[in-house]
Amino acid sequence: MDVPKHDVLIVGGGGAGLRAAIAAVEADEHITVGVVSKVYPMRSHTVSAEGGTAAAVREDNTDSHAYDTIKGSDFLADQDAVEIFVKESIDEVIQLEHWGCPWSRDPDGLMSVRTFGGMSVDRTLFCSDKTGFHMLHTLYQTALKYDRIAWYDEWFVTSLLKDDGKICGVTALNVRSGAIDAIPAKAVILCTGGAGKLFAFTTNASIKTGDGMALTYRAGGPLKDMEFVQYHPTGLPGTGILITEASRSEGGHMINREGDRYLSAYTPERMELGPRDMLSRAFIQEMRANRVFEGPYGEYVHLDIRHLGEELIMERLPFVRELATEYVGIDPVYEPIPVRPVVHYMMGGIHTDANAKTPVDGLYAAGEAACVSMNGANRLGSNSLSEIIVFGARSGKAAVEYASEQEFPEANTLSQMAQAEKKRIEEQFLKPRNGNERVATIRRDLQLAMEQGAGIYRTEEEMKTACEAIRKLLKRYEQVEVDDKSSVFNTDLIAALELGYMLDVAEALAHSALLREESRGSHAREDFTTRDDERFLQHSLAYQTPEGPRIEYLPVSITRWQPEERKY
Amino acid sequence: MSAKKITMRVTRYRPEQEDAPTEQAYELEFPDDWVVLDALNYIKDDVDGTLTFRWSCRMGICGSCGMMVNGEPKLTCAAFLRDYYPAEIRVEPLQYFPIIRDLVIDMTDFLHKLKAITPWIVRDEEKPLAEGEYLQTPAQLADYKQFSMCINCMLCYSACPVYGHEPEFIGPAAIALAHRYNLDSRDEGQEARQQVIASSEGIWDCTLVGECTEVCPKRVDPAMAIQRTKVATTTEWAKSMLMPWGKQ
Amino acid sequence: MKQPEPEYTYPTYHRPIPATWWLRDRKYFLFMMRELSSFFIAVFLLIYLYGLSLLSKGQAAYGQFQETLRSGGFTLFFVVAFIFAVYHSWTWWSIMGKVQVVRLGDHKVPERVITAVALAGWVVASAVVLFVFTR
Repeated sequence: MDVPKHDVLIVGGGGAGLRAAIAAVEADEHITVGVVSKVYPMRSHTVSAEGGTAAAVREDNTDSHAYDTIKGSDFLADQDAVEIFVKESIDEVIQLEHWGCPWSRDPDGLMSVRTFGGMSVDRTLFCSDKTGFHMLHTLYQTALKYDRIAWYDEWFVTSLLKDDGKICGVTALNVRSGAIDAIPAKAVILCTGGAGKLFAFTTNASIKTGDGMALTYRAGGPLKDMEFVQYHPTGLPGTGILITEASRSEGGHMINREGDRYLSAYTPERMELGPRDMLSRAFIQEMRANRVFEGPYGEYVHLDIRHLGEELIMERLPFVRELATEYVGIDPVYEPIPVRPVVHYMMGGIHTDANAKTPVDGLYAAGEAACVSMNGANRLGSNSLSEIIVFGARSGKAAVEYASEQEFPEANTLSQMAQAEKKRIEEQFLKPRNGNERVATIRRDLQLAMEQGAGIYRTEEEMKTACEAIRKLLKRYEQVEVDDKSSVFNTDLIAALELGYMLDVAEALAHSALLREESRGSHAREDFTTRDDERFLQHSLAYQTPEGPRIEYLPVSITRWQPEERKY
Repeated sequence: MSAKKITMRVTRYRPEQEDAPTEQAYELEFPDDWVVLDALNYIKDDVDGTLTFRWSCRMGICGSCGMMVNGEPKLTCAAFLRDYYPAEIRVEPLQYFPIIRDLVIDMTDFLHKLKAITPWIVRDEEKPLAEGEYLQTPAQLADYKQFSMCINCMLCYSACPVYGHEPEFIGPAAIALAHRYNLDSRDEGQEARQQVIASSEGIWDCTLVGECTEVCPKRVDPAMAIQRTKVATTTEWAKSMLMPWGKQ
Repeated sequence: MKQPEPEYTYPTYHRPIPATWWLRDRKYFLFMMRELSSFFIAVFLLIYLYGLSLLSKGQAAYGQFQETLRSGGFTLFFVVAFIFAVYHSWTWWSIMGKVQVVRLGDHKVPERVITAVALAGWVVASAVVLFVFTR
């Protein structure tokens, strides 16, 4: 097929990707933009975000939002990036409002704000408790307005193409036909989200397999701060379905088996609205002290919102009620919800600067896939939805500017690269090869290794074991045999390709974690229990080598806020 | 957790091998809290990697996993096996849609229709961002909020015999979304949308079967949106006939 | 801009819809019955209009027509048409509450109240008509 070429090609059709696409076509009326997404854009995982979007719309200045974010990050956030973020998030949420996002409103017609974990001021805008859903659909429907955006729905990117050291497009599998083509582009933006699927127990959708992270890693770009994995304190046992932090913003209580609001011992000033890393650790402490409930899917505590009353729950938290009723048969109006910490978010990701630019020429990244870093060692709830629109927009503009100075690559070179990629995938997966490994088995073993080595609390021994396990899994992956050898909608092949991405990302993560000998934010070590600013006030950068990841360090950018002890 | 045994009959269609769909039966044991999607994933992972279906969030919000379960359009992430046990379960691709493969349907038709109804805010003049948000009271929000809850899961199309017989029909979800933007206090695009919705493929195709509303997992009530649009359109038309000077 | 729409080698499968689709499910059956009711109501109206036209031709012609209507076949038809008319009207008033938003000040009148009022109005109007014509 004759694939058009694009000035800017965006991989991923979630919040960041769609915002980037709109920003790009608006930045230059002559360019065209392609959005390649392995699912229809409105299926992207932004859809599952619930609680809200932080922006200092009701404040005189943005310093408090910046400070909260930096303190939340355990001082690992780059403060210049945070300052940009807090300023631009205001216009970005208003822009979404102008595009029709149904923000919840105060009686006077202004957008409502609610409190959120680690935020000292009410500054989280929301659409009841389906904020991500409404943002995503607003962005998607708005993006449909622009005829210069081409949609590659259900195309799966298999590699980044590089010519003369610069990114010049991608190769992608058209899922419906099975064809593998090159899509030429002057600049590529990766907005592929996180990699929660490295873990079995996660709030994340099945599509979150770290594709963009692995693509960058394979193309020679570094992955930054991969050791920082956010556990959300309130997921439903078994499925891992997210119960939003907004249930605590609205006044919900966390209760242990003794009937106590146990967080008074951990985050006495903020109680249920402490940062997520601390609340998840508090759960483990309670578990070790034997003060939690036992269930078929492991230990849990109660999230009690009964006292909020049916009316408020239906107005502010209808989805919480829907999810709890539907999936665990508990109506939170009458019963407490069983919850436990669950893998939710990757603070780390593709190393970018505040313009979303990666060290690889022509390659940009935004959203959870990227690490700017504004989240440091622990992200505050409701900052991620603003991050995707702020840095989504910035990436779109920066990529257009870069693309304006580039030429399209030779068609011949590209088609050769596409042929080579096609051959690689056919040889490795589609030809019968008597492999003795199943995709699902390796994936399960990987998830087990990650759970054991990259949990809420970590030790050197556990992490070493995980690193070794992943090496072995990479070896076993060479023997993987897919059942499905056909062309049309081969999801077995896609699962195998995704597994390859996951293994690479997992290895970068485990090694980054092993080498960070301190406890900071979400990275809590039992053998190094304190923060070590002397040695580790630095970002880790993982580079791929044949022997495994090579880890380098990069100083944190500090502007106005010196590191201090982090208490809530 | 006790495991029970159930038979699942699943539609297979492999266009590279066969001209028409067939059915394949899988027998499996399931714990009490499994949904149909869990069973499909079990088959995919451990029994037969060629079984093909879409899914993602498994929490009823991404809209990927709609299928016919025993003849009814359902999100399979929310259809519990225990509710069908001990009878067999029949899982088919959403009806009225072309099948790409196995349980995967072709929904490109909907995407064209979605774009056709102008699903974005239309205004003569944009307010600068520096002037802040448009004011919208909770009551104004409540006017359209319900119609903004559509997750594009396609269950309503699959429940609509009109769509089945006349695939040109714009259909429940798209019309509900048009209604959502028409009711939004910030929007001025009603006229652009009206040309599509009031056309012969629009609201007047609807014969009020009402099943779209019944199957909607997010209680959007597209049937209501369509009927209200009919009333509004008729009223507008009557006004323009009786008082031609009133408009323009 | 042209959207990327490749040609696909393998066709999608379009399932035929069986003519009996509406018999498989009670809900679709009831829907088809409502559609069918229109036929009976239309025929009734044609008969009615024919009667009116005869009325203009004088007492004799109309009287004869009335005689014909008293036959068993016509009586059966009227009973069936009446049942369909009641069913159709019932469904019509039932959705009234959904379709018509009624506001009293800031307050939205609940759907059920609107439907109940409409149904009551229908019953009262029918009673009045019945009373006037059978007096």
